[in-house]
Formats: sequence, structure tokens, C-alpha cells
Amino acid sequence: MSNHALDITLTVNGERVQGRVDARKTLVDFLREDLFLTGSHVGCEHGVCGACTVRVDGDIVRGCLMLAAQCDGANVETIEGLSDSGEVADLQAAFEQRNALQCGYCTPGMLAAAQDLLKRGGVPSREEIREHLSGNYCRCTGYHAIVDAVQAVAQQRAGKSR
Amino acid sequence: MKPAPFSYQKARSLDEAIALLGEKDARLLAGGQSLIATLNMRLSSPSLLIDINGLNGLNVISEKNGMIEIGALARHAQAERSDIIARHAPLIARAMPYIGHPAIRNRGTLGGSIAFADPAAELPACLLALDGEVEASGPKGKRTIKAGDFFKGLFETALGPQEVLTAIRVPAADKGARVGFAELARRHGDYAIVGLAASAHVDGKGLSNVRLAYFGVGDTPVRAKKAEAALAGGNIEAAVDALDLAPNDDVQATAKVKKHLAGVLLRRVADQLLEARP
Repeated sequence: MSNHALDITLTVNGERVQGRVDARKTLVDFLREDLFLTGSHVGCEHGVCGACTVRVDGDIVRGCLMLAAQCDGANVETIEGLSDSGEVADLQAAFEQRNALQCGYCTPGMLAAAQDLLKRGGVPSREEIREHLSGNYCRCTGYHAIVDAVQAVAQQRAGKSR
Repeated sequence: MKPAPFSYQKARSLDEAIALLGEKDARLLAGGQSLIATLNMRLSSPSLLIDINGLNGLNVISEKNGMIEIGALARHAQAERSDIIARHAPLIARAMPYIGHPAIRNRGTLGGSIAFADPAAELPACLLALDGEVEASGPKGKRTIKAGDFFKGLFETALGPQEVLTAIRVPAADKGARVGFAELARRHGDYAIVGLAASAHVDGKGLSNVRLAYFGVGDTPVRAKKAEAALAGGNIEAAVDALDLAPNDDVQATAKVKKHLAGVLLRRVADQLLEARP
């Protein structure tokens, strides 16, 4: 009755995916090891660093704090999906222009968290941006350039939608 | 690290979850934002995880007989957006942004946070400050446990081995209700070095029914009763002097620093309690 391995069916970046997973496999390990979607990074594995941030059913979550088995029936979006669809193209360009990444390890999670804030609309204050990204560690940039990039894109998008 | 092997089962009903808890080393999986971290670090290695996320009706936030009832599976993000919480449980509304980060709040549940009883977590202290209660179901049926009787020790609660926390209840704030919340952490959203959740009633000019619940200063949330009495007397500095907390040194700060910070927080929270409510 209880299971060490489970069959799951879910949607990942718009594609239907089936798999058999160990109960103990986290979502981010499933994405990386079984689907070879290595854009989601594994940092601390206990919910502190945010490198594994992905979207599940529209909300950002920690890929290391959800089991793959829990995602049966879910709609999962990774940085590969956000990137291919063009949803974060302007954020990616702004990160590049403003040196908001150096080693790039935190960048996929940082982009997912930033997009989560920006899709609410409006132009958030620097304080709000910092707060929303507080769960994503960057050990290179010192964050200023990241906040600059996110704010610039928010202003750009607000200008366009006017 | 990766978790040790375990089996996983989705509970289809509360009764099934209670029955499965009878199996050896079984644990409930709600939001998983603390549990899965401890699994990954192999600080815990249950043999069975019972996933209760799919149980219907356990995530409702409602007002009933002057109490605000929050279903155990209500997620932090849901509480953050709830009008009922904003209007009738302002202490919980104030604490919410301090709990983890957006991605954590999207998954973490209020019931899980109370049942896990981390001594540095915000919600157990809020429940104690509000003199709230917990509803639990087990093989012998339902019972209600007062917050003051619920937190027993480090990560230890009054829940029996086969009991499931199903809801928490706090009194709906009336016109005279005042709340205060403050916390110091290394990074926004991290566990507190020291934090303080408080509630009081204002009548005429003074405060009554002052309840100060500190977190991060002991094995459980801790009330500072002498300081409560002093604050009801209207003297903030006397309340700070009356603090009799006995924190231990931990990785974040020494006991001496924590005691100092407890006074700093008390001054901030006292200001919030004494503020006129719009």
C-alpha cells in the first residue's frame, strides 16, 4: 500500500511528462537528473539559498523542499520554460547589461523570483524588490546590480503598458 | 544531502491519516518547508510520509462565534492575502511578512508551523500572545488545546502520536484590541535571533490584558509575565527592567546579546501597542 517508488504524470514547461520516481526524490533532482533540465540549481538543499526556485501551478516554490511525488498532476515551469517562452527575456537582457550576474549560479532562481514580483504589475520600490528577493542568495554581486536590473525592467514594462 | 529512503502515501481522508500515523515512524507531510529540509539533512528519517496536502476542507479561514478559525492546511501566502486575517487577526497579519520568503510562504502551512513548534518561529508566539487554541483529531476523537498548554518543549507539543492538528483559533480582534510585533534576524525572512509578539487591550488611557510572547529565547515561545504587569502599569522602561528571560547562547547570538535585544524589541512593540488604531 505504501510506496517507495511512485508513477507521476505532470506538465513541465508545457510538455506532458511521465516518470517513476523514488518517494525521496526532490522536485529539483527530478528536473535535473530525470529530465536533464539543469537550469534549476541545487545550492543548500534546505530552503535557504533559493537557487532551485521553480514555479508550480503558477507560484514560485523551493524545488528542494517539494518531493517529485507531490507534483503528480502539477504544472511545473523552470527557467528553461520561462526563457524559451520569452517571458523573462527583458529581465535576462537587463541582468546582462547591468552585470547583475557574475558566476550565474543564483541567476535562474533570481529571475524566477523577480518575475514573480513583476508579474503582479506596477513598479515596486527598491525595498519591495529586496524583500521579494530576500530568499535568494547571491554571493557575487552584492545585490545592487540585481535590484537595479529588476527596477529598470519594472519601469520599462510599466512604460510599455501605459 | 539527500533524504534517507522512506515510503510515501497520500491520505484520502483525515481518518486515513490518523490510522496511518499508527504505523512505525510515520510523519505527516503538510507544507514540508521545515520537514523536507530536515529530511534532506538527515536530521530526521521517518519510514513513512503521509501527505495530507490533498485533504479537502482543511484550508478554510473563517470567522465563527467571535473566533477566527484557520484550517491547518491554509498556506502562509493565503493568510497573507486574507481579508478576514487582515481585519480580525491583525497580529498574524503583521507577523506574516517575517515568515520565510515568498517561495516558502507559497507552500508552508499555518498548522504545520504550529505543530512543528520551532522555538524561533513567529506563529507559535503569535498563538500564545493571542491566547489562542489548537484543534486536534485523533483515534479518540476531537479535542481543543489552549496555546498555553500546547508548547511543551523543544519541537515538542501536547499532540499525541496519532493526533493531527486540524485548525488553530484566535479571538477576533475587537475595537480595544492592540497588537505589536517585532523581530530581529540576520536576513529578512530568516529565523529570528529574538522576536516578540504581543497583544493587549486598551481601556481609557492604559493597557490591560498585556501578553508578551518572546521567541528565539528558549525551548518554546516564552511569556514575560513580570514585564506584562509593568507594561500594564504604563511604564515602558520598568517593563524592560522587569524582563526575566533566560536565553541560552546559540549560533546566532550570545545570551547577553539576546537579552539586550529583547529590551530593544519591547520598546518597539510597546510603541505599537500604545499607538492609536485607525
